[in-house]
Amino acid sequence: MPSEAVEAKLASVETIIDGLSSVNYIASHQIATALFVAQHLNKPILVEGSAGVGKTELALSTANYLGLPLIRMQCYEGLDESKALYEWKYGKQLLYTQILKDKLGDVLGDADGLDGAMDRLHGFGDMFFSEQFLEPRPLLKALREDAGAVLLIDEIDKSDEEFEAFLLEILSAFQITIPEIGTVKAQTPPIVFLTSNNMREMGDALKRRCLHLYIPLPEAKLEEQIVAARVPNLEARLKRQLVAFVQSLREQDLKKLPSISETIDWARVLLLLHTGDLNVDTVRNTLNVLLKFEQDIQAVGPQVSELTRKAVQAAR
Amino acid sequence: MQQPLQNFIRALRAADVRVSPAESIDAAETVAVTGYADRMLLKHALCAVLAKSPEEVAAFEDCFEMFFAREEFRDRETDSGEPTRNDSDPTDLDLADMLLSGDGAALAAAMEQAAEQAGANTIRFFSQRGYFTRRTLDQMGLRDLERMIAELRRSEDADDAALAERLEQGRSLLLEQGRQYVERQFELYARSAGEQLREEFLAETRLSSIEQRDFDRMHRLVRRMAKRLAARYSRKRRHSRRGVLDVRRTLRRNMAHDAIPFETVWKTETIDRPQIVAICDVSRSVAAAARFLLLFLYSLNEVIQDLNAYAFSDRLIDVSDILETHEVEEAIPRILQDIGFRPTDYGQALDDFVENHLDTVDRRTTIIILGDGRSNDTDPRIDLMRMLSDRSKAVIWLNPEPETFWGQGDSEMLRYRPFCQVAKTCNTVMQLEHIIDDILKSYFRS
Repeated sequence: MPSEAVEAKLASVETIIDGLSSVNYIASHQIATALFVAQHLNKPILVEGSAGVGKTELALSTANYLGLPLIRMQCYEGLDESKALYEWKYGKQLLYTQILKDKLGDVLGDADGLDGAMDRLHGFGDMFFSEQFLEPRPLLKALREDAGAVLLIDEIDKSDEEFEAFLLEILSAFQITIPEIGTVKAQTPPIVFLTSNNMREMGDALKRRCLHLYIPLPEAKLEEQIVAARVPNLEARLKRQLVAFVQSLREQDLKKLPSISETIDWARVLLLLHTGDLNVDTVRNTLNVLLKFEQDIQAVGPQVSELTRKAVQAAR
Repeated sequence: MQQPLQNFIRALRAADVRVSPAESIDAAETVAVTGYADRMLLKHALCAVLAKSPEEVAAFEDCFEMFFAREEFRDRETDSGEPTRNDSDPTDLDLADMLLSGDGAALAAAMEQAAEQAGANTIRFFSQRGYFTRRTLDQMGLRDLERMIAELRRSEDADDAALAERLEQGRSLLLEQGRQYVERQFELYARSAGEQLREEFLAETRLSSIEQRDFDRMHRLVRRMAKRLAARYSRKRRHSRRGVLDVRRTLRRNMAHDAIPFETVWKTETIDRPQIVAICDVSRSVAAAARFLLLFLYSLNEVIQDLNAYAFSDRLIDVSDILETHEVEEAIPRILQDIGFRPTDYGQALDDFVENHLDTVDRRTTIIILGDGRSNDTDPRIDLMRMLSDRSKAVIWLNPEPETFWGQGDSEMLRYRPFCQVAKTCNTVMQLEHIIDDILKSYFRS
């Protein structure tokens, strides 16, 4: 069962919002509710949203807030059980066979016949397939954290469908079976986040087992709070201006809209440059922080002065 | 307290949010945790449990607002300590009283109850609204009210006449509200169900008889199908005969031999992407189906990388660029304008293809031909067809005509057929999906 401290920290939506903001993550009501429900129904959360809206950050902050270890698994094409769940330490097993070969004579020396030697060997149990030779990978590690953990399965959409199917057992029962050892069941089910960039549609079976949380690009007010939390030294006026600018940028027809992480990066850059007020030259010089495609920068180019003027005006 | 949740889930399903029985259990557990009191908490919690994609979230939010806007009336009514009214059937007197006293909450509650008895939430079609409105209002005692008004009118007393006037006003208000209520039920439970019905119907209609006004809907349908197929097949692993040495597994397998690698293990899985060449007939003889064949081509292009698409009547052109760079509304008319509706010449088209685009075909390519095989008695160039068949992995011919027509008149279908791995009739979207599904399946199995 989750410890009382963790339970108290997830007791209500308001507590969660406050708590996450204490670790500098400004959560919307939706986000906090999803976490709240996840805790009560023991379900993983599938987080979707465009790159840079804080999907991974949510898991990191949750772990930070709850004081639980964060176990992270990055998915990629070709990821399989042996990299996600467990692996035998082959090298060590080989090494031990070599070392122990000499000892074998001592142990078996006085046994009568082959049967006797066998019996004696059996007395030592499954030497090479025991805990000592087991290399736990992220999923197994998360299940073996007795006090609970935050498990982040990042970019699940990059993995293969077979792997997705394999996750199902773990995510619904929080247990796995290792043939040589037995079933490992989590004492405290970990809080699981799966993130997806929608590279491919996730299977229905997986979706059904998860809560679904879609993090949209934030509204101006929320974004200001986020910037304030992440870049505390920034002046309030400049903060309003830059958020207004980014918001207006999102209304443009661009290949990749700037998301929160870009806004924060930009705020840091402006802080480094000692910018007092947003002005056209600074914006033009630092636009590549916000926009990651040359064609986007070109497209916005002619409108920079207009957008800057409006942003400064709106922030007044 | 379970009933509202169940009704809500039914409304969600009607709004195209798929809710499985297991999810409705989850929803019930969620409600047990959150309760109904905090509306925002309820909304966000149920949303996390039930809506599984951004589209579903949008549908969920609309549905939630509409559904619980109505529920609010009932809550307020029971809270104000008049539960008895809910239990007893509203009589004519009650109705008149409620109208005269202007008790909106009580009226709303009575209407809700009457509607339930009248089965208003079973509404399916737009045309049923009048019927259900009338039934609901009859349940509330509208007939008695009308009789009462008529009696009051007949009376000489001025007070009675004034009362009749007030009741008459109340009656028209009631009619209006009843209409709105049923309208909302229709929105909640039936509108998108009607849409689903229409789409199901479309999927089984012959391509050549689908009307222009259904084109948008058809496009959605075809796009969804193409997406589904692509999700399933766009990335698959294939076992090749030999790959790189898998050191880890080799060591493990040879542990018994002191790790001297007697047996080697090879990584034999490679990821293979389908290579498809699609050739679409847009000539006069398939005029009616051409738009949809192109539509399919367009959707296929959206989901499969490096699709090579060609269209022909008497000559053959490469349409990959047009499909790639234009919106569907522009692309299809453009192709039809460039090359469409001319007399067919399969021989010439094959010749053009072999002449200009043969390098797109190799032993990994599947060629899909969409057309009726009617070549206006020109030379069908069977030799070219044989060459394409030899050179490619498979040739698949989808013909909008039923098999009994093949070979009749100018149809060369029977002569082309021996060179096709698959030759099938395909004249509804449903068939199209099944066949393409089969093709892709066998393609990846092999």
